[in-house]
Amino acid sequence: MPKVKIDGVELEVPAGLTVLQACELAGVEIPRFCYHDRLSIAGNCRMCLVEVKPGPPKPQASCALPVADKQEIFTQTPTVQKARKGVMEFLLINHPLDCPICDQGGECDLQDQAMAYGFDRSRYHENKRAVPDKELGPLVKTSMNRCIHCTRCIRFATEVAGVEQLGATGRGESMEVTTYVEQALATELSGNLVDLCPVGALTSKPYAFEARSWELTKTESVDVLDALGSNIRIDTRGAQVMRILPRLNDDVNEEWISDKTRHALDGLRHQRLDRPYVRTKGKLVEATWDEAFAAIAARLNGLEGSKIAAIAGDQCDAESMVALKDLMASLGSPNIDCRQDGARLDGPRGSYIFNAGVRGIDQAEAILLIGTNPRTESPVLNARIRKRYVHGNVAIASIGPAEDLTYPVERLGAGPATLRELVDGRLGFFEKLKGAKHPLIVVGMGALAREDGAAVLAMARELAEKLNAVREDWNGFAVLHTAAARVGGLDLGLVPGQDGRDVAGILEGCQKKEIEAVYLLAADEIDTTKLGKAFVIYQGHHGDAGAHRADVILPGAAYTEKPGIYVNTEGRVQIGRRAGYPPGDAREDWAILRALSERLGKTLPYDTLHQVRSRLVAVNKVFAAIDQQAPAAWGTFGTPGAISDAPFKSAVPNFYMTCPISRASKTMADCMASRAHLMAAE
Amino acid sequence: MAMITADPKDVPQVEHFAFTPEYMAKVEEQIAHYPPGRQASAVIAVLDLAQRQHGWLPRAAMNEVARILDMAPIRVYEVATFYTMFQLRPKGKYLLQVCTTTPCWLRGSDAVMKACQHAADGETFSVQEVECLGGCVNAPVVQINDDFYEDLDEASMNKVLDAFRRGETPKPGPQVDRQTSAPEGGLTTLKGE
Amino acid sequence: MLSDKDRIFTNLYGVHDWRLAGARARGAWDNTKAILDKGVDWIIDEMKKSGLRGRGGAGFPTGMKWSFMPKEVKDRPHYLVVNADESEPGTCKDRDIMRHDPHLLIEGCLVAGFAMRANAGYIYVRGEFYNEAQHLIAAIKEAYDAGLLGKNACGSGWDFDLYVHRGAGAYICGEETALLESLEGKKGMPRLKPPFPAGAGLYGCPTTVNNVESIAVAPTILRRGAAWFAGIGRPNNTGTKLFCISGHVNRPCNVEEEMGIPLRELIDRHCGGVRGGWDNLLAVIPGGASVPLLPKSICDNQLMDFDSLRDQRSGLGTAAVIVMDKSTDVVKAIARLSYFYKHESCGQCTPCREGTGWMWRVMERMVTGNARIEEIDALEDVTKQVEGHTICALGDAAAWPIQGLIRHFRPEMERRIRARTEKLAAE
Repeated sequence: MPKVKIDGVELEVPAGLTVLQACELAGVEIPRFCYHDRLSIAGNCRMCLVEVKPGPPKPQASCALPVADKQEIFTQTPTVQKARKGVMEFLLINHPLDCPICDQGGECDLQDQAMAYGFDRSRYHENKRAVPDKELGPLVKTSMNRCIHCTRCIRFATEVAGVEQLGATGRGESMEVTTYVEQALATELSGNLVDLCPVGALTSKPYAFEARSWELTKTESVDVLDALGSNIRIDTRGAQVMRILPRLNDDVNEEWISDKTRHALDGLRHQRLDRPYVRTKGKLVEATWDEAFAAIAARLNGLEGSKIAAIAGDQCDAESMVALKDLMASLGSPNIDCRQDGARLDGPRGSYIFNAGVRGIDQAEAILLIGTNPRTESPVLNARIRKRYVHGNVAIASIGPAEDLTYPVERLGAGPATLRELVDGRLGFFEKLKGAKHPLIVVGMGALAREDGAAVLAMARELAEKLNAVREDWNGFAVLHTAAARVGGLDLGLVPGQDGRDVAGILEGCQKKEIEAVYLLAADEIDTTKLGKAFVIYQGHHGDAGAHRADVILPGAAYTEKPGIYVNTEGRVQIGRRAGYPPGDAREDWAILRALSERLGKTLPYDTLHQVRSRLVAVNKVFAAIDQQAPAAWGTFGTPGAISDAPFKSAVPNFYMTCPISRASKTMADCMASRAHLMAAE
Repeated sequence: MAMITADPKDVPQVEHFAFTPEYMAKVEEQIAHYPPGRQASAVIAVLDLAQRQHGWLPRAAMNEVARILDMAPIRVYEVATFYTMFQLRPKGKYLLQVCTTTPCWLRGSDAVMKACQHAADGETFSVQEVECLGGCVNAPVVQINDDFYEDLDEASMNKVLDAFRRGETPKPGPQVDRQTSAPEGGLTTLKGE
Repeated sequence: MLSDKDRIFTNLYGVHDWRLAGARARGAWDNTKAILDKGVDWIIDEMKKSGLRGRGGAGFPTGMKWSFMPKEVKDRPHYLVVNADESEPGTCKDRDIMRHDPHLLIEGCLVAGFAMRANAGYIYVRGEFYNEAQHLIAAIKEAYDAGLLGKNACGSGWDFDLYVHRGAGAYICGEETALLESLEGKKGMPRLKPPFPAGAGLYGCPTTVNNVESIAVAPTILRRGAAWFAGIGRPNNTGTKLFCISGHVNRPCNVEEEMGIPLRELIDRHCGGVRGGWDNLLAVIPGGASVPLLPKSICDNQLMDFDSLRDQRSGLGTAAVIVMDKSTDVVKAIARLSYFYKHESCGQCTPCREGTGWMWRVMERMVTGNARIEEIDALEDVTKQVEGHTICALGDAAAWPIQGLIRHFRPEMERRIRARTEKLAAE
């Protein structure tokens, strides 16, 4: 480990660090604009200049200079201070003085560093540069006069998002960051450009002029718009969610979130269920909680348990799911399911989680994607695979839809037959998997949510066994879910009990009148036309498919409006926090179920959130280990059997609209239109 | 000179561009100069060929170059807008590139520029101010298409332009009685064989 | 004065045949195999002993540069890259080598490539030199056809391929790492150093970039011996040099002369003197646009070599001598250079991108005196904020001419400001 001296203080630092990183370790702040931990080094802003001995007699860019043994680094000399002041002045001469109308105001690197390192007045008496704004689609607003040419956005698009569409044309002071063709970027990660921009050149279009950063209340929470469980910060003003930003978590989402995670939030304002409804003479009529509960009680009391069923939706918190399960048990119903899509998953925990963890992707030398399009199902996880690709020496292949995943993928075939061939070692890629120390098999819902899903699952398991991919030191069997609630639901056993019915069975039962009452806990992704004449209770937050069919509506809370535990695709238990209250009469979901149970005379044994969470741990002790991803049990699972010729399809054909929230979002609709326009242009 | 940094809006739409077989052979020869997988190295040469074939570089040509070299189109746009020799708009038959950098300016490039601007009609002649052309001991210099015309003044510039107008190709090089970069009026070195 | 027998570029003016037959008649390609047979170490040692300093402007010892290449070729091939992106205002010497004596350069490429264990070389010719590139391409073809290049070049057992790569108009590509970026098909934006090209250059492989003149003189040095070359000029400033004298002289020209020749002798002997006589001299930019100008008082006794010019806080640069007589608007002459640097800045790093435009705009006001006296100090301060803070030397090159102007012609700048102020007051 090299020994360096930073401002006279000796320090041992890991080899391979840059001088800037070494200074950070030493707690010495180095100002910077272009440098970013997760992007390649550009060294162009020149703000991070320091003096280094031995070295040339001029300051060096610390972001690009490797540390060396016996190096002396000076960060506070007059030379360094003058250099910083100079760079600051250069950055400001052509930067507009429009901070009062700039959305970056208050959280602007340029503002902050100008305060710390700049002059208090300008010596520049010439006209400022005028740069035409650029069209970057419905999410990113540009104000290119403010651009300081740090190229973070270009590097992000090229390196992380994998869309080489952003560049800098021209040269010198005429250099402009642009797509040149004035089109939106074809990426699901464009919102991150706004976070990366150190100034107000790229700001959020939907959030434009909505709020000031200092008037927002910040709540740390977890995303539920896909199954990755990205760590987010929800910024609210009053009850309104104003914006959603990523939180740093290297284990999960690094510091990226998808455009849906970030920008579907306007969907939280539209089509909300803010009071109970009861269907009277065929029409949904506003009701009080009491009236709604009375209607339910009237229908359920005396009904045989086997004629009652419940389906939990894709974004449910664990608390409400355990309450639903307990309520169904007390009503004597074994008909419960959390797998709206019919995924054939109910085995040991190791059979239904992304065992390798997101971090495992970094280690894999060979990756097989089965029936999944990670780009639409979890763009941030897809970016992690791309990061692995960029790092080099990895073979990636897929069985399933042929899609542009932003990295090269060898397409082995379309469906289960190809998987069979691979498992039998009849495809060349088998050797690549076999030769890998860390083979990774990613199984998507497109492979499992189908008739032969159990057989496919069995084949995937067989492959993992053959490759010795499940060992003490590595578990390369990885299920990529699309529903944020799914792993939690499976952990809590929201699958049919003894002689119980799954979703398909429930719907069949409805048609045959063997099921007379169905409880939809925010379940909107089923075919509601198949509910027949059953009495439908819908508990949820949006007037989506389920509510339209409901006989009684119980208004619940969206994920931003309640504390809730979610288990992501890796099996990581994470806590979401309440950023605001649900609208009108709507309530936290577990509490609704608790209140209803009392009315039905089956009072659930918990009165507080704390008690519900204790109940979670009692049902499955994984809920005790918050933020952890623990090794999961392996065993036999899947059912060998006949396979179909049908090709695997991605479970998420349309990234922008996958749930009641995103379907209610105008921003997501705009994104869809923009993407359709791009595709048409191609 | 003004740099064209955004996709120019006021240029004719060109829907399609393809290299002729003759030009395509040259494209392939250029690509062969570089190791396998390094075909992007040929981007300047291939853009130049596209410009020679078409007269200027419409976006369709840049896209075709990107396709041939397996580059992202934006990387080609970056290159095409970075280097000043790429013409992103149609230009006249003869492009008058007048050097006005100090060595040429010291010897009267202002007058030469005036003559060229006077001639520029956008069809026969287009004029551009350019930076040092690297012919400083023969200043002022004007590059007309591929050739340098040197040791110019207003009168000799007009003579050259007149000749072009008549459809002739005046002799490039010094427009005074002089052997290339040797001192006018006789050698001071290398007099013998 | 250098005698013709000690001149390397004997067809500098293109009086004679530039093709292979003519070049051979002048001594090129004369038993090149014998040079290569002496081995890499001998060649590099001889180049070091000759004292040749790079002719592209920076003056770094050529032999030492060659010795930085790895001693063995491992998994990555080595490359020789010749910088023929001659664009420094005032400079037009490499052009003459390429169009009038291309075989000197080509033979030099083989020798240099061999010495740095490179099997391939690229000559990066500025795009505007279309005809010069055609001569070079034709000469390379002749050399291939004669077995001088390609497999077993000159019968030496060494394979060497050589290609011409044309640029497309960007001064910055004369910076060696920008040149490499451009050669790889990107914008010519200089790279961060380290790594240096000898470690990771073209395509990430060990690479050495040399100026045309540095390479073209190598075969003659090796043939006639290091001692011969080192015997010309002054210690640490040895050999012959191509000078380009432009501007206000009676007969501007290129000429090969001895390093260290007095400036006045250079102008008087080869250029017919300063226009209007020596006393009509105002100032000289002695080494291309990037170096600070020198007023006549310094020019009177100035020697033309690296160290003598450095001692006057200027530089030999590319030995491009731009002469300005007393009729010159010297502020405007330098302002035009400021415009040049603004125009040629690649835009990558902040101080150069923003500073070059700022400096030029202030300089334009200085031309008319539309400024305050304190702004001269502010301008100088801005040049210092650019200098030494950029990725490459273009920032320095933009700063130095202005610093030179302020150093030597501040009274003239102040006079204009006062004159304008007085005129406005009178109106």
